[in-house]
Amino acid sequence: MSAVDAAEAIPMTAKRRGAQLVMLAFAVAIVMVAYANVGLGKDGKVPAGMLTYGLGLGGVMLAAYLVLARFAPWADPLVLPLVTLVNGLGLVMIYRIEQAVPKLASASTQLFWTALGVVMFSVTLIVLRDHRALQRMTYTAGFVGLGLLILPLLPFVGREINGARIWVSVGGFSIQPGEFAKLALVIFFAGYLVAKRDVLALAGRRLLFIDLPRARDLGPVLITWVVSVGVLVLEKDLGTSLLLFGAFIAMLYIATQRTSWVLIGLLLFIGGAGVAGALFSHVGARFQVWLDPSSQALYDLPFGGSYQLMQGLFGMGSGGILGTGLGQGHPDLIPLSFSDFIFSATGEELGLTGLMALLMVYALVVERGLRTAVAARDPFSKLLAGGLSFILAWQVFIIVGGVTNLIPLTGLVTPFMSQGGSALLANWILIALLVRMSDAARRPPPQAIQDEGLTQVFKR
Amino acid sequence: MSELTLLLIRLAFLAVLWFFVIAAVGVIRTDLFGSRTAAQVAVRKPAKPSRQPAKPKKGEPRQLVVTGGPLQGTIINLTETPITIGRANDATLVLSDDYASSRHARLFPQDGQWIVEDLGSTNGTYLDRSKVTRPTPVHLGQPIRIGKTVIELRK
Repeated sequence: MSAVDAAEAIPMTAKRRGAQLVMLAFAVAIVMVAYANVGLGKDGKVPAGMLTYGLGLGGVMLAAYLVLARFAPWADPLVLPLVTLVNGLGLVMIYRIEQAVPKLASASTQLFWTALGVVMFSVTLIVLRDHRALQRMTYTAGFVGLGLLILPLLPFVGREINGARIWVSVGGFSIQPGEFAKLALVIFFAGYLVAKRDVLALAGRRLLFIDLPRARDLGPVLITWVVSVGVLVLEKDLGTSLLLFGAFIAMLYIATQRTSWVLIGLLLFIGGAGVAGALFSHVGARFQVWLDPSSQALYDLPFGGSYQLMQGLFGMGSGGILGTGLGQGHPDLIPLSFSDFIFSATGEELGLTGLMALLMVYALVVERGLRTAVAARDPFSKLLAGGLSFILAWQVFIIVGGVTNLIPLTGLVTPFMSQGGSALLANWILIALLVRMSDAARRPPPQAIQDEGLTQVFKR
Repeated sequence: MSELTLLLIRLAFLAVLWFFVIAAVGVIRTDLFGSRTAAQVAVRKPAKPSRQPAKPKKGEPRQLVVTGGPLQGTIINLTETPITIGRANDATLVLSDDYASSRHARLFPQDGQWIVEDLGSTNGTYLDRSKVTRPTPVHLGQPIRIGKTVIELRK
């Protein structure tokens, strides 16, 4: 239905560059207002850094806009402004938290990473003129992804911070290769499933009301399962493990339309998580905290207790419906309020109303991604766009579900908001890929130069 | 800074945040409730044709809909340009189907009709039940089968 109308707009399109610029300016303006609000709420005056940060963000986003207008003119007009808003609000929250806990949070570093993220966004758009080139690199992407996942486990380069061995330090920098691995793996899944989906979708027996796949087709699912459980066990990183496996199952479902894969995936994951929970104390502790976060004994545990989670819940609780107002909450009371718990800190100051708006913005980004998948003209683009949008949504679900205690808390970044360079860079690349694909999907079909129409001119 | 001012700023900020969301939805409204561009064109052209802009002759197909196969649900708008179908990456509709040839078939408009032509495919193109051996006119809703994919023309 919606595909009809979007496609209908194509002949007279609807590049909507103007709308995009207006929305972009709107997003930057909101961010600047938020800065001013932090200063007014905290010290009663507009903060000195407002212009620097605001114009810095505005300049960076204008550059991104120009690159997009030049290299992907037909791209979706909403993705960039929406991401700008989330990224900007993240900057404001980090700036605000920096006021409260100056040692850990740093808004200027985050602004630097944002700028670098936009550089990556631009480079991806400029270098990758046709995303289908990625299809040729299916297995390369798979190996690169696996390599990046394994990298932190290697001696010398890998480092363990806060109990998770997901860091690699090169020179003075620490990066999380896992963030980039997920992109490479989604590209691999998309390319692999395009090639193999017929056999995964067609062969099999029917039992009751679900189609069971053949046992030998379970191979790739089991391999992904082993890899994600390996990540869980060896790197103690629940979030990435859940993210990877979820992404694979979702893409398998998109490719084959078979519910049985989802059921098998869920069973495997629940089984794996259950076994891991029983065998490894750090996983088991998460389950206990999830089931009974308000128990005093767990709250008082020095390490691995429910202290962080409860402080975050208290924060959101004291925010209530309308929040305490920017600059007037107590993010210093929430541990890790600049990274894992930035959503709780935001919830305290903006309240449920603000959080809902934020989630709506995420939902719109994902919706644009899925629309791109629907409108795309070849199966690889459909799967890749669907998979990338899904991991974005899945990431938000895992971390927001975690800090609100809907699901066991797993350390994942809130996309575009949490402090941290690797995740920001990887997510900007993800957005660049989505923009590239939406450009291809919305571009009008090539024009014939002669009546015969067999020879066509392709506008690149 | 008085409490009241801060309260007002806080409410105003939340309102602006939601206004942004609503504005964003407004931009994509065309996706959900039909193309505004089309409606504007229709308004600008005065007189009778208020519903159908550009008024293609009645009964003339406006879109190609994939009704079966892996690409089911994909819709391509028909313009004056021919549509190529096949496994080749530069086809308008790219199939990933072992039964489709790389340049399988094409559809082109001629004198207000759309014609389907098989481009020498290995497994053939079928219009309704009959194999397409020479360029054949396609009517609305007639299924065209190419490998596992079924497409049809709609208004």
